[in-house]
Amino acid sequence: MLHIVNKSPFDTNALAGVLRVAKKEGSAVLLIEDGVYAAAKNSATEASLKAAGMPVYVLQPDADARGLQNRLMDGVNMVDYGGFVDLVAGHDNVQSWL
Amino acid sequence: MKFSIMVSEGPYTHQATDSAYQFAKAALAKGHEIMRVFFYHDGVNNGTRLTVPPQDDRHIVNRWSELGTKNNIDLVICIAAAQRRGLLDENEAKRQGKNADNIAPGFRISGLGQLVEAGIQSDRLVVFGD
Repeated sequence: MLHIVNKSPFDTNALAGVLRVAKKEGSAVLLIEDGVYAAAKNSATEASLKAAGMPVYVLQPDADARGLQNRLMDGVNMVDYGGFVDLVAGHDNVQSWL
Repeated sequence: MKFSIMVSEGPYTHQATDSAYQFAKAALAKGHEIMRVFFYHDGVNNGTRLTVPPQDDRHIVNRWSELGTKNNIDLVICIAAAQRRGLLDENEAKRQGKNADNIAPGFRISGLGQLVEAGIQSDRLVVFGD
């Protein structure tokens, strides 16, 4: 399943929910909109994302819009909207954690 | 692959409808089909043709109308959410005794069944909201 998180981890606990309950195998996390803040280098969420046990993707246009382009943690994968589409197509299910 | 999209936030208030639009455009560019976009809750405000944003801003409503018409996408506005927010098509305006309608071209008003159907008939349903 592809888990989409669109909120900063400092606003809601959506990302914490994903990391707690997502079945790791075959899953991935996609951070969009304010969700991209979770992947900021040295942020409070960096350790939990590194320990996610599943691939973490960041929507690049949203990271760029927030000035995060050179400030993201290592180990996350950048995607554009085309990559977003590929992730949706590549997973059997998509869950937006609103 | 056949996609459908649900948008539950209005224009110019939240990024959801912009994200949904960019996603839809990228999916079409990759040769996928967008079967339906279902506008729910405040998302119904994406379908009023009375929207007049400043000229240097994107026209979110027209953008959806054009994308829908050009690519044969079914743009559906939830009827219960629409009536609460003052969004009417010609038939509903008549039925409710109102003297005007305001639905944008390419949109239609229908029920929640259309969302369920989109979920069943599409390969993927992607939700954009707050």
